[in-house]
Amino acid sequence: MSADCEAAVTPAALEVAATRNACKLCTPLGACVAFAGVEGSRTVLHGSQGCATYIRRYMISHFKEPIDIASSSFAEETTIFGGRDNLLKSLANVTRQYHPAMIGIATTCLAETIGEDPAMHLRGLPDDGLVSAPIVHVSTPSYCGSHADGYVAAVRAMVAQLAERGSPAEHVNLFAPMCSPADLRYLKEIVREFQLPHTLLPDYSETLDGTTWREYHLIPPGGTKVDDIRRTGSARASIEFTHVASASETGAAWLEEACSVPRHRLSPPIGVRKTDELFHTLESITGRCTPAPHAAERGRLLDSLVDGHKYVSGRRAAVVGDEDLVIGLAVFLAELGITPVVCGSGGSSGRLRTAVKSEIPDKAAEIAVCQASDYLEIEEEVRSRRPDLIVGSSKAYGLARKLNVPLIRVGFPIHDRIDGNRTLHFGYRGAQQLFDRIANALIESKQDSSTVGYAYM
Amino acid sequence: MINILQERERQVNCGTEPFRMDCDKHSAAGSVSQRACVFCGSRVVLYPVADALHLVHGPIGCAAYTWDIRGSLSSGPELHRMSFSTDLREMDVIFGGEKRLYGALTDLIGIYRPKAAFVYSTCIVGVIGDDVAAVCKRVGAEQQIPVLAVHSEGFKGTKKDGYQAACSALGELVGTGPTRDIGPRSLNVLGDFNIAGETWAIRRYYERMGLQVVATVTGDGRVDDIRRAHGAALNVVQCSGAMTHLARAMKDKYGIPFLRVSYFGIEDMSKALYDVADHFRDAAMMERARIMVREEVTRILPEIRRLRSGLEGKRAAVYTGGAFKAFSLVRSLRTLGMKTVLAGTQTGNADDYQALRELCDDDTVLVDDTNPLELAKFIQERGVELLIGGVKERPVAYKLGVGFCDHNHERKTCLAGFEGMLNFAREVHATVTSPVWKLIRSSRRETTAAPLDQCGHDCGRCTLPMCCGAPVPPANAVI
Ligand code: SF4
Ligand code: SF4
Repeated sequence: MSADCEAAVTPAALEVAATRNACKLCTPLGACVAFAGVEGSRTVLHGSQGCATYIRRYMISHFKEPIDIASSSFAEETTIFGGRDNLLKSLANVTRQYHPAMIGIATTCLAETIGEDPAMHLRGLPDDGLVSAPIVHVSTPSYCGSHADGYVAAVRAMVAQLAERGSPAEHVNLFAPMCSPADLRYLKEIVREFQLPHTLLPDYSETLDGTTWREYHLIPPGGTKVDDIRRTGSARASIEFTHVASASETGAAWLEEACSVPRHRLSPPIGVRKTDELFHTLESITGRCTPAPHAAERGRLLDSLVDGHKYVSGRRAAVVGDEDLVIGLAVFLAELGITPVVCGSGGSSGRLRTAVKSEIPDKAAEIAVCQASDYLEIEEEVRSRRPDLIVGSSKAYGLARKLNVPLIRVGFPIHDRIDGNRTLHFGYRGAQQLFDRIANALIESKQDSSTVGYAYM
Repeated sequence: MINILQERERQVNCGTEPFRMDCDKHSAAGSVSQRACVFCGSRVVLYPVADALHLVHGPIGCAAYTWDIRGSLSSGPELHRMSFSTDLREMDVIFGGEKRLYGALTDLIGIYRPKAAFVYSTCIVGVIGDDVAAVCKRVGAEQQIPVLAVHSEGFKGTKKDGYQAACSALGELVGTGPTRDIGPRSLNVLGDFNIAGETWAIRRYYERMGLQVVATVTGDGRVDDIRRAHGAALNVVQCSGAMTHLARAMKDKYGIPFLRVSYFGIEDMSKALYDVADHFRDAAMMERARIMVREEVTRILPEIRRLRSGLEGKRAAVYTGGAFKAFSLVRSLRTLGMKTVLAGTQTGNADDYQALRELCDDDTVLVDDTNPLELAKFIQERGVELLIGGVKERPVAYKLGVGFCDHNHERKTCLAGFEGMLNFAREVHATVTSPVWKLIRSSRRETTAAPLDQCGHDCGRCTLPMCCGAPVPPANAVI
């Protein structure tokens, strides 16, 4: 991969013309996650069968929930004569089986390569009334961008194709980056306690982290209602949480332009200061002050940071994953006194380095940023900088194992633990959980390697 | 109410209607097939060759989703656990990816010094017109190792075609190595992928019978072994689909006969060993096989009996990739006193389904290339208590409060051989008899996780600002 790493990487490694152990996933996966957060929605991947199955398997291993993604199942003839019939047939079959409230269509590389245009195909939809659900389509070739881009593109497509302009109502729109269902649940809890009506898009807090069922549900319950997506156009404001998504290409950007919905662009609420920013914004929008339970949660978090500061202060970490998460975590680690000596991602927004360095100016010189990199390139950097721990997805486990340092599992995917969908990153509560895990991991590795084996700290 | 798609009606048989399975079809558009693609078939077969470079030519997803996902172990090199991709970008799609492929291959071979390289074509390579074979040939000549093109464009058929493409690539390797030290009592193990060390277990059985195992294809596979596999006296092929092509090709080209076997379950495992001994018409070998089987069975039987007592009469559903595994599982479940009420495969053919129909009970439902909704439908209708399948099937079972056993490539438990049967029994027992199912069934009502801000309490006591104020519903009776 033509990585954009810094300093210590040897020139030989820089020249490898292949991607080795990718630190990104393909674009339609992000779209599948986003569409899964709409109530009653089903996704059709327009292209060949394999992509849908691989993406399902990958998501199921993380979320541990049923994830049904249909495919328009290209065969050889399809690539010659085009995918129109397959697409229309899939829409009919998905409707017959699932009776969806919305159908999301995302294209795979194959469909894109042969120049498929779902919007045009949709005009050929028979008016027999069978497929009556609103349809949202998004173009997601994997040879441009990665899953994080597919997610943003799908969210934007949903508002752009469904939102209706209207006179400003009471509610706000919330747009979170790809995060865990637990993060989304908590975000809603916070906003709800500010008594602020809101639409969170997407909201897969229940659809991708549900309960047990008595009867099989065709579509998991939960998710943003299609009508609420329509009403995003009449919200009093949008809050989007991202460092890296292009300022003009998000859902909130579209609403600002087309429906004049004012936009607040915040960092994802990871760590103390970034969560403070969220609470300040909510205070100023609602005119209410932070509800007591959250203020108390913040207080306890700070108290524990004091209690535990010596175990983390001066330590070094490598952070690997999606760009928005990496930036958020790096900033949080720096707040704790841990230097994020390597920040790596397969994402190619081109904004990772600037963001990390400008957010953590006093340590900027000590941080190597690998953007648009794969795990092998990140590994070179990590090896030369010898961090005390790695914060990343389960795909970083091999690296942590080789270096014999603890891995704090965050983000997506977490394929080797059972709590991927319940891992909390956001807010004071997320910071608390992350801090506890990080401090404990460092204490534990010291304890385990001690010849004495004290049972107190 | 879950319906079966019209296009799929002939791929479901409930035992009540006359039997005819319309299998071997491309998946219906819009059906959530559990199948993958041609590429997946090739990747599955070749993946365990541990000292080869596996380069996926295409955009990133196809490689990323197959990075270190299987439990195929290696006793030596572990190059197969890395994921290599040409990670095609927009410019490559427009101007062709040959240059990038050439560069990637050359660099990777330079760094990792593999014994051979497999280059997998994915969907878009099939439409942008790269001459992959030519690039492979050129790099092969320059680097002096076999560089094999695997024609696995995802849309050009089904998973089975992927098996065939993989076998053709392997076929190019076979016959290029020295066979001097190979004796007449020798065989190749085909179609076992060394999940959790299964190939090792099988190899030990054959060695105890006095046989020389030349190549294990592809579990714990090595390029040099495969190159001399044509020196073996017999090919023993497990699994109906994956490696039969190679066995056939080796029969045609080198006159090596082959046997089809399964290593799952006591019955099938023993039969495999006896069939092999039979083939060599060697009384001493047969005697060794008998003694070994007796020893092994005696060792595992007491515990299997104990586990069986908790499983007697329970109802199971089986959904596998290939059909041979389905046969073995139906038999293994019988060994455990269980009844198979649903059986299906991703890639079975008409003969397979005929055999399955005969093997199963009259009212067992058979499905070909099914989807999650059909599975859910039959699990509910037939009161299934255990589902055997892969990761994609698991949530269907768990959501419905039904036990699950992973019998796919990702598992980390050895299920083949005699020891494997014991592991299988343990796993089935652990899941079917777990007390969590009782907790789930006794919960008063489905705690539908309605979005909190829309008042999910449905209790009337809700304190949320947006409480719906709905009256308290009658508490559902305990089931
Ligand atoms: S692109 Fe083709 S080869 Fe790759 S996963 Fe999809 S269907 Fe399979
Ligand atoms: S072809 Fe594209 S969409 Fe399909 S799996 Fe590969 S990268 Fe993903």
